[in-house]
Amino acid sequence: MKEQLEALREASRALIDEAVDVEALEALRVRYLGKKGELTALLKQMGKLSAEERPVMGQLANRIRGELESRLEERRSDLAARAQEEKLREETVDVTIPGNVTRLGVKHPMNTVLDEIKEAFVSMGFDVLDGPEVEYADYNFTRLNTPANHPAREWTDTFYFEEDSSILLRTQTSAMQIHAMEERELPIRVIIPGRVYRKDEVDATHSPMFHQIEGLVVDRGVTMADLKGTLNLLVEKLYGKGTVTRFRPHHFPFTEPSCEMDVQCHECGGKGCRVCKGEGWIEILGAGVVHPKVLEGCGIDPNVYSGWAFGMGLERLALRRFNISDLRLIFENDVRFLEQFR
Amino acid sequence: MNLSRKWLHEFVEVDVNDRDFAEAMTMSGSKVEVTEDLSRRMHGVVAGRVLSMARHENSDHMWVCQVDAGGAAPLQIVTGAQNVREGDTVPVATDGSLLPGGVEIRTGLLRGVESQGMLCSLKELGLTLHDYPYAIEDGIWILEEGDVAPGTDIRTIIGADDHVVEFEITPNRPDCLSVIGLAREAAATFGKPLRLHTPEVKGCGGDIREHVRIDIDDPVLCPRYTARLVKNVTIGPSPAWMRERLRNSGVRPINNVVDITNYVMLEYGQPMHAFDFSCVEGGHIIVRTARPGEVIRTLDGNDRALTENMLCICDESKPVCVAGVMGGANSEIVGDTAMVLFESANFDGTSVRRTAAALNMRTDASSRYEKGLDPANTIRAVQRACELVELLGCGEVVDGVIDVIPAPFPETTVPFEPERINALLGTDIAEEAMRTYLAPLGLAPQGDVIHVPSWRSDVSLCADIAEEVARFYGYNNIPCTLSGGGSSGEGYTPVQKFEDLSGSLCRALGYDEIITYSFISPAQYDRIRLPADSPLRVSKKILNPLGEDSSIMRTTTLPSLLEILCRNYNNRNRDVKLYELGKTYFPRPDGLADENKALTLGAYGEGMDFFAFKGDVETILRGLRVEGVRFVAERENPAYHPGRCARVYVGGEYLGVMGQVHPLVAANFGADCELYAAELKMDALFAARGAEPVYRPLPRFPAITRDLALLCDEDVSVGSLTECIRRGGGALLRSVEFFDVYRGKGIPQGKKSVAFSLTLRSDEGTLTVEHAEEAVQNVLALLKSELNAVIR
Repeated sequence: MKEQLEALREASRALIDEAVDVEALEALRVRYLGKKGELTALLKQMGKLSAEERPVMGQLANRIRGELESRLEERRSDLAARAQEEKLREETVDVTIPGNVTRLGVKHPMNTVLDEIKEAFVSMGFDVLDGPEVEYADYNFTRLNTPANHPAREWTDTFYFEEDSSILLRTQTSAMQIHAMEERELPIRVIIPGRVYRKDEVDATHSPMFHQIEGLVVDRGVTMADLKGTLNLLVEKLYGKGTVTRFRPHHFPFTEPSCEMDVQCHECGGKGCRVCKGEGWIEILGAGVVHPKVLEGCGIDPNVYSGWAFGMGLERLALRRFNISDLRLIFENDVRFLEQFR
Repeated sequence: MNLSRKWLHEFVEVDVNDRDFAEAMTMSGSKVEVTEDLSRRMHGVVAGRVLSMARHENSDHMWVCQVDAGGAAPLQIVTGAQNVREGDTVPVATDGSLLPGGVEIRTGLLRGVESQGMLCSLKELGLTLHDYPYAIEDGIWILEEGDVAPGTDIRTIIGADDHVVEFEITPNRPDCLSVIGLAREAAATFGKPLRLHTPEVKGCGGDIREHVRIDIDDPVLCPRYTARLVKNVTIGPSPAWMRERLRNSGVRPINNVVDITNYVMLEYGQPMHAFDFSCVEGGHIIVRTARPGEVIRTLDGNDRALTENMLCICDESKPVCVAGVMGGANSEIVGDTAMVLFESANFDGTSVRRTAAALNMRTDASSRYEKGLDPANTIRAVQRACELVELLGCGEVVDGVIDVIPAPFPETTVPFEPERINALLGTDIAEEAMRTYLAPLGLAPQGDVIHVPSWRSDVSLCADIAEEVARFYGYNNIPCTLSGGGSSGEGYTPVQKFEDLSGSLCRALGYDEIITYSFISPAQYDRIRLPADSPLRVSKKILNPLGEDSSIMRTTTLPSLLEILCRNYNNRNRDVKLYELGKTYFPRPDGLADENKALTLGAYGEGMDFFAFKGDVETILRGLRVEGVRFVAERENPAYHPGRCARVYVGGEYLGVMGQVHPLVAANFGADCELYAAELKMDALFAARGAEPVYRPLPRFPAITRDLALLCDEDVSVGSLTECIRRGGGALLRSVEFFDVYRGKGIPQGKKSVAFSLTLRSDEGTLTVEHAEEAVQNVLALLKSELNAVIR
């Protein structure tokens, strides 16, 4: 009996080790451990043994069963792991093949710049207004303290809808200063981006339609120092802390004192180079303290209130920001151009 | 305005380099564009005396000259010029010298003979006959500049030892279009005294009134006319110093009398004109507007047809000058002019500007006049001109001045309010300091009143004084503060956020943003096949457009989009998707426009078809939380494919239109492929947007899904089937999804099979098969009765 059991142990061990797949293992389990299996058959003969032999053989048989079972299990997990490995190997891909990319659309570079500026002002507590482009000359010129015979009013410079020059395409977002002062409660703290129009033929630096962003603050005790502080903060938000600026006297009919603001050339640090045309500075906006006549014209007492305003051209900022050489590209909207600003 | 620093030096001594000068002037308000050290244009060119000349041994036209150029030994120089004689003083470009235009001169061999430099012509020194009328054009310049020592740097002789500063003067400061005006600014900027000079005229007796009568017919356009008469005039070149200053200021020297008028214009900012008095008929100057049909030949030789709004200086029969613009050839100063009438007048700026523009002849004079000049300046200028006549000895000034002033000029006073100035600037500048800043500008307060000088017509209010104070206190010394204008704190409005979101959605779907012009050509309406009576053709029309192509304000954004789409197509860009958030402009009774924003989408390329495009539109609408959208077949819109176009609604609200662009329209824009476009009204989209989402409990009970394949007539739309199923399904029906339409084998002619997947669920409990079946039967009954659609 013992010899039979030992023989079974040896034979089954070898077979289990040789099994190539889970199915073969299962067949071995049935062959040895199944109801009609070889070990079961041997156990059935146990009754024929002597009383002394029986427990000894019984123990041996059970040990062999246990061994077989654990060997089968060991082999099964071994095979499963190998099968899993095989499967993974088969599933291997060339990771350098491009993925299925969804092509994202692109924001127009001009609006990218506009959005940055809007963000900067909104974070400083400004509201954003939109306004009419077909506008009264009154709002665009007269109430901005622009004399009746000012050259900008000429039909060679401004687009008109009426023979009496009363209605036009706004030439500056400044027209919205008047609307803001008329329609909003004081104090006022707004910016107004939008399209403006001037009678310029299209070329590398001109377009009959372009974009400006206007800003207006009116309150008691507002000063030129506030103008400087706020615009310096804007520049820091746009160009980074420590950006050097300067304010130069200038002239606008609707501000007094007036100024232009320059930032130090980022390319040469103020030494003068091609980017800043040797000046060391790049002009970015015009600004000033709101002219008392403009306040008065909007029913705001200049003895009580004061304000400051600025206006900046967006195209020039965008062109410089992205190093675009020709304004026409902005309005041609070729996707090969647009795609560059992802 | 080009300023000669040597000339400036006559009025104020500023001894700083060009860069510092430019910086300081710019920061005090006179913006410097560029500076140029004229001496850097050339070097190494000296005056030389020709000691001897010999024929060149290898040339039949060249000369070998020994020239004393100031050095220890004479230089040997070969020249091909024929106008040089022994003893002449000539410009010599020595070894290593640089000529204007970048030419370097070196010692070299000319046909075997060494030449240690070059003798120069005017042109080689960057000069013209206007600068030295006695020279000849095609030969060496033989100097007639008095006693010039050999070796003298030629730059000191021709005035090229000067520095020129180009200013960009703002239109409110015409007084700075002059040497004196800039000298005043420079004096204030650098804290140096301004040395002004009062012209003195000796006169030669007589009385101008015996010769000249002046009448101003139009005192509005001519507030002042001042004149003096010069007799026994000798026309000739003006002296070198005057020609140099003119040249360095960018003005061409002509002759002494004309040069004097230009010199005075540059120095005082007051344009002047000189008439040959013998050509002024009747000795009578009449300042009037032109009569119909009058023509004048101007100094440039062109005949100019004048119109009745143009101011002219006339004699008794004809115009002799277009006022403030250009003189007439009929009274031009010529070689034998004997009597000269100097005009120094003040004209209305706008009138001069318009006349110059209409005649297309903007001149140095007109560009000064158009900014509005100081009427008090006319007398000073005419006096200076006559002083120069006497200084140059080119004529005798007749006593007396005719000075016609139809109406007196008001004086402006402004209260001096230091506190208010500080309040506006946000500064704490002492009153005394303010007075110091204002005094050199002629704005010194007398007590607490400032009498504004005549040349500062831009100053009339406290704010103007504040600017003057700020300019010289230094804009950059004003502190930086952050106060005032408390905001509503709203940030972006809901509409602005909605617009921003719509752009983000478009980009997420691969659409690139475009920006197109708001004005279009009326022909664009034809290109999109708008009927002749379409209300969209009623557009705001620009009366003075740049051209027909940009003459009306668009009432639809479609043509702009198609133009860009097709430009991309023709540039062979594949698979293009574009969007624009732009305005349309509808005329309003009050003359303004209703400006409405539209979201316009366009696409073409691989994978783009009606349903791909519609899917994009639907995705955007869903992203904007615009729910319950209906697409209704649109066969009448002529811009779109009659079988592939839909109007988009939410409830009864029209949102816009989308579909395939009509092939004829595509062809009109130059594309032979399928184009897709959508025009959506932003205000309607915004109004149709759903409420902010609120949490609803997740379904607790399982759903039952049923697929239905329905057989129906070909003309029954999926939309109507869907809508019918929805109604039939009642509360249990949670969703209806179309998934297939099938025609062909097994389907009778004229019929189609449409498949839907229905999801049914109850919130009350697990739905029984019986309940679900009941709902499905209701659906089928309604489909049968309403659309004759039956289950397949």
